[in-house]
Amino acid sequence: MTSLPNPTPGAKKLGLVIDLDTCVGCHACATNCKEWNTSGHMAPLPDQHPYSAAQEGVWFNRVHAYEAGDGDEGRTVHFPRSCLHCETPACVTVCPTGASYKRAEDGIVLVNTDMCIGCQLCAWACPYGARELDEDQGVMKKCTLCVDRIYNETIPEERRVPACVSTCPANARHFGDLGDPNSDVSKLVAERGGYELMPEMGYQPVNRYLPPRKASSQVKSAPKEAGPLPSQINNPLLRWMDKVLSR
Amino acid sequence: MKPAPSIVFFTVASGAGYGLLFWLGVLKPLGLLPANTLFGATAAIIALALIAAGLCSSLLHLGRPERAWRALSQWRSSWLSREGVAAVLTFLPAIIFLIALAHGETSLMLPAGLLSAVGAAVTVYCTGMIYASLKPVKEWHHPMVAPGYLLFASFSGAALLAMLSGFWGGGFFPALVAAALGMAALFFKRAYWASMDATPAASTRESATGLGFIGTVRPLESPHTESNYLLREMAFRVARVHAAKLRSIALLLGFALPALFFCLAIILGGGLAIALGVLAAASALAGLLVERWLIFAEATHTVALYYPTPR
Amino acid sequence: MPDGSTTDRIAYSAPIGDEVKTTTCYMCACRCGIRVHLKDGRVRYIEGNPDHPVNKGVLCGKGSAGIMTQYSPARLQAPLKRIGPRGSGDYAEISWDEAMEIATSALRKVRETDPKRLAFFTGRDQSQSLTGFWAAQFGTPNFAAHGGFCSVNMAAGGLYTIGGSFWEFGEPDWERAKYLLILGVAEDHDSNPIKTGLAALKKRNAKVVSVNPVRTGYSAVADEWVGIRPGTDGLFVMALIHELLRNDRVDAEFLVRHTNAHWLVVRNPGGADDGLFVRDADGKPLAWDRAQGAMDAAAADLSPVLVGDFTLPDGRKTRPVFHLMAERYLGAEYAPEAVAERCGLDAERIRRIATEMADVAFNQTITLDQPWTDTLGRRHEKMVGRPVALHAMRGISAHSNGFHTCRALHILQMLLGAIDTPGSWRYKAPFPRPIPPGPGPAGKNSKPNTPLAGNILSFTHGPDDLLVNDDGSPIRIDHSFSWEAPLGLHGMMHTVIGNAAKGDPYKIDVLFMFMANMAWNSAMNPLETIECLTAKDESGEYVIPTVIYSDAFFSETVPYADLILPDTTYLERWDCISILDRPIGSSHGPGDAIRQPILKPDRDVRPFQDVLIELGARLGLPAFTKEDGSARFKDYADYIVNHERMPGVGPLAGWRGEDGSAKGVGKPNPDQLQRYIENGCFWRHDFSAEESYFKHSNKLYLENAKAMGLIGKSDQIVLQIWSEPLQKFRLAAEGHGAKQPPEALRERVRTYCDPLPIWYAPLEQEAHDTSGFPFSAVTQRPMAMYHSWGSMNAWLRQIHGANRLYMSRAKGEAMGIAQDDWVWVESRNGRVKGQVTLMEGVNPDTVWTWNAIGKRAGAWMLTPDAAEAERGFLLNHVISEWLPAQTGPRLANADPITGQAAWYDLRVNIKKCAPGEEGVTAPHPSALKPPPNMPEPPDILRYNAGGKAS
Repeated sequence: MTSLPNPTPGAKKLGLVIDLDTCVGCHACATNCKEWNTSGHMAPLPDQHPYSAAQEGVWFNRVHAYEAGDGDEGRTVHFPRSCLHCETPACVTVCPTGASYKRAEDGIVLVNTDMCIGCQLCAWACPYGARELDEDQGVMKKCTLCVDRIYNETIPEERRVPACVSTCPANARHFGDLGDPNSDVSKLVAERGGYELMPEMGYQPVNRYLPPRKASSQVKSAPKEAGPLPSQINNPLLRWMDKVLSR
Repeated sequence: MKPAPSIVFFTVASGAGYGLLFWLGVLKPLGLLPANTLFGATAAIIALALIAAGLCSSLLHLGRPERAWRALSQWRSSWLSREGVAAVLTFLPAIIFLIALAHGETSLMLPAGLLSAVGAAVTVYCTGMIYASLKPVKEWHHPMVAPGYLLFASFSGAALLAMLSGFWGGGFFPALVAAALGMAALFFKRAYWASMDATPAASTRESATGLGFIGTVRPLESPHTESNYLLREMAFRVARVHAAKLRSIALLLGFALPALFFCLAIILGGGLAIALGVLAAASALAGLLVERWLIFAEATHTVALYYPTPR
Repeated sequence: MPDGSTTDRIAYSAPIGDEVKTTTCYMCACRCGIRVHLKDGRVRYIEGNPDHPVNKGVLCGKGSAGIMTQYSPARLQAPLKRIGPRGSGDYAEISWDEAMEIATSALRKVRETDPKRLAFFTGRDQSQSLTGFWAAQFGTPNFAAHGGFCSVNMAAGGLYTIGGSFWEFGEPDWERAKYLLILGVAEDHDSNPIKTGLAALKKRNAKVVSVNPVRTGYSAVADEWVGIRPGTDGLFVMALIHELLRNDRVDAEFLVRHTNAHWLVVRNPGGADDGLFVRDADGKPLAWDRAQGAMDAAAADLSPVLVGDFTLPDGRKTRPVFHLMAERYLGAEYAPEAVAERCGLDAERIRRIATEMADVAFNQTITLDQPWTDTLGRRHEKMVGRPVALHAMRGISAHSNGFHTCRALHILQMLLGAIDTPGSWRYKAPFPRPIPPGPGPAGKNSKPNTPLAGNILSFTHGPDDLLVNDDGSPIRIDHSFSWEAPLGLHGMMHTVIGNAAKGDPYKIDVLFMFMANMAWNSAMNPLETIECLTAKDESGEYVIPTVIYSDAFFSETVPYADLILPDTTYLERWDCISILDRPIGSSHGPGDAIRQPILKPDRDVRPFQDVLIELGARLGLPAFTKEDGSARFKDYADYIVNHERMPGVGPLAGWRGEDGSAKGVGKPNPDQLQRYIENGCFWRHDFSAEESYFKHSNKLYLENAKAMGLIGKSDQIVLQIWSEPLQKFRLAAEGHGAKQPPEALRERVRTYCDPLPIWYAPLEQEAHDTSGFPFSAVTQRPMAMYHSWGSMNAWLRQIHGANRLYMSRAKGEAMGIAQDDWVWVESRNGRVKGQVTLMEGVNPDTVWTWNAIGKRAGAWMLTPDAAEAERGFLLNHVISEWLPAQTGPRLANADPITGQAAWYDLRVNIKKCAPGEEGVTAPHPSALKPPPNMPEPPDILRYNAGGKAS
């Protein structure tokens, strides 16, 4: 059924928390995702015209850059965008074949590419652009939250996180259970005012974005020091003349 | 949204087919159409042919058409699946109806015709709901979209029926229906556009990124320098000046002229009425192709908010 | 019907690959440790090595795309011999035997006659300790890597001032800093540690201030962005110094204990000793003691006076360094008001930043309960730190005033007491080193068949160390270590080809290059460089007779070489990130690393280092041959293990000694590489807590560092506010000493060799009328394309396939330039065409673009219509290697002290393209022809190293 699993309180909701305050826009999450997944569960992630004009490919994670606000007061914000593993994902419910599904056990939204007919309705239904059409195979693909990594017992436990999280040099990506209010990620969201993208769509994305901190909250404004202007003292150097110093 | 020719043709052709089937199924058993068996069979065959052609065309849109059968499985949740199921199910009464028409089996004609009509209506409604249920496209996620599909299908079906009835000398009633529906469609479409134009988008760059608290959000760099599937598919938008022109063409060709021609046909009658019926039907279908193209080309998807506005 | 979950087979317990090997990344210069997973003989996945000290498990966007570099269709396939004219791309494949024979005979002839006529220059190769040693063995002084056009200003500025540098020999105290000021840092050394460090700082709510004309990357996440005008950073820094001095917010105790602030300077204008330190008979600098007068500046019981004029018993007049320094920077010309407009900043803001820094340094002090002993043997119970850290890079470096700006930054750090203290900037092992270290550069007397004694790239202490002829003319082909660049310690690769073509100071026979795309993005002006490479003399011979080039890829430079020696990829060879070069040490301790071959090359290619070692043997270079004339080393791996630069000191410091137990110094260990492999291909040694700070004055640290061979002496390293070597050059320019600059350069040397940092407008801007060129133009390195080598990569070129010219939205709109418009960028040197993006976060008088995205049509096995060639452009086309023509010698567009290429001094005008000019960039040189037998690039790439069957 591409009906959604019944919501149960306390159900596991695996997802990402992306810190826009520290993301420097290095694209590590994007390329590491690509290299993991092109040989991973939804392999391959093909590239069209890789060595000619109009090069493009399937990427599960894409990093935008925006400017918010004007001039000096504004901010440049790097903004990675991938599947948000919504609680009520229309990409699943619109799927006519059942290829799209949301897992009851952890909330991950996946596509069974053997069943997908490539009607692309899920891509239309996703407000966030998380669906990626493999035009070579004619099937839809998407972020798997590295389902073949996060449960993989052959990987050391502390590395059992999505590739994008384990590679992020700026510690801007966090993975965990957002269904558990006591998880590290939930606490981080609460502490930093993590938000949903386009809440007005009502899809209840699981992933959260942590806003860039306001510069003003950062600047511990130093006490203003009213030092003398050089012109106000005859010889400013004299202040050091009698300074007794020891080595 | 990119107007895929296969989808534009599909919704217009199968819409007209289902509309024709609907009116045939309702009016024929009621005796409001020419009694000739050849008329009945011809009309039913044309309806089914349009439906089949439309459905085949829609398969072209699929990445894996050989797996299309899988689309019948998720009728409990997916409007697309429902559309498929309804389309397939409608073929059953429709074929029986065709046989009844061809053989003049009046006892079968009524139940088969009515069931076909119901199937046609349900199928078109499902088609409409596929679009109407898509929240990211505000032009589609609109209460007038699904009724619109029903209205335009019934109008184009009526137009075809009126044309065919004309050939067999019984075009009065269908022409009346077609003219009335044409006028209704015209006002309906205008009302839809007015509503659409007046409704601001619920989502903005600021809500898409959550960065509105800082100020105006402007894209600085896209993830990749070249295009991608989503941009080609979702960020297509017809230029405003062209859209205005095309809207007028759609209204004129699609609804106003057919309604006028059918009115004239009713008044003038005879051979001229037959010719006017052909003209009206052709004009309606042509206009609906434009209308349907605009349905896509004017639709905006929230994905486009993440990218720079194309110049 | 059931949904896809019931039949979707997810491999929950499939190992990532069949095997995993560790090595060191080489997608950029950061030297992260990686784990390479292989499946069915192909690379399945490359991830950061969690145990590695550099990246601790993370890996950047470029490193993560290594697979596409490994399998690039642009990889050269076999040695090539040119059979058509240079640039034609007509090549014949030859065997390695033939290739080595050609190279050997060309090089042998040079070595037998005049070794100088070989110019051997490498790009950002990480085997400079080998390549430099090889060049010295060959006997040519004409060797350098790419440092001269990269960041020598930072290296020289640091090494001559604090004995370390921002560049690769120091780092902020990421764990403890409370205030970080970064200047001119876009993506830069060292990329991943900066990212992890910034994240750590932000987690602690430390404040990050970024001074940069452009708000991208690190500036984007900074708490405050200071959008300065390019080239004015020095003024900004000196205004900060002015403010600290004005408010007496300086750490005088730190200054007298760790710097030369109290040293006495001779005041004898016009005299031969003017500006030199007052020294005793043993050469020890003197200070003025409050009670006893002049005495040893290093004495423990000294109570030094910082300000005043003192007359020595012999009548010489003197003044302490601090006095001279304070006097200069308290000058009205360095007041915030005086510099604000030029910097494009508010005076109030400059004052606030100075106040904030002082507040953090002096009111938010960090005190560690960690006893330590200084070089005078005095025990200190605590380590007191000033938690203000600085980092500065290319944006400072790539200006012709960058050396002095960098020195000013170090003086700012010293005034705050923020050098290698808790929370401040810290040395990375094996630094600090003596200021300046070692003997001067080798190369004065190159003779046939004779190695040069010493290091070619070393440190000049004064005019005597310069590599100049008696008439003052340069000895080196690039004019490094001449009066044009007395501190040119990384060479000047940007001038080599131009000088060789002009025969200035002489013609060369062989140009031998490795991994340097000099016919494209590595040249300041590519088309001029191509002209030099293809120039012929009257007899129809190429002016540069032989060009030998080694590269792994079909880069734009390949078609201009006569002999191509195809290199391997970084996953196919041994390498060492040598302790003798730029190792992976950190503030926590020294370290070095290796690369091991992960894959066997599937082409007829050889690692360049193997080739170089074999050439050394074929040429009979003493260090590369045994007594019987046979090759001393089988290959690079053999060299790494068995080469000893000094007894017990080799390329790698780890697991030395026959049993592998020695660190730093020890006999070669035949199992050394295996031990590295077992440890993840790196070695590190952690300092004890007592050794961790104040390393320049920390007895325990200095003694241990000496024992480990990191430094030669365990004396205190006194930080140099006043730079005596610079004063020596100045004195020569003033007419003192045997070696003096030629007349044409005398004034230049006198002006710029100032022993205290100065600011001057960038040379290029002063040398021509900039009124028609209102904008500064700079480049930044995109993180996903940091370092341009091997940068044609199927994934990365999707991220950066073309580049835009970015400019201020307000400025653009005022000029009638809209988003996506095509414009001409015009400079005194020419014009280049590109497409505009308007933005908010850029200094309004600055335009910029991403570096090295544009490619020449046809190169790198891209189709000629590729975005890189059509819409990608190089700003290089409007830059020049040379300053505007003036009387006297042709001078490099470079820093007058270090020879650092002044990429960012560029001034331009922006003009909207005429209708019809849009769409394709210009200049757009003809498409290059690929070498023979290159693979056909696919139209669809379905890379899948054995995951789920596709």
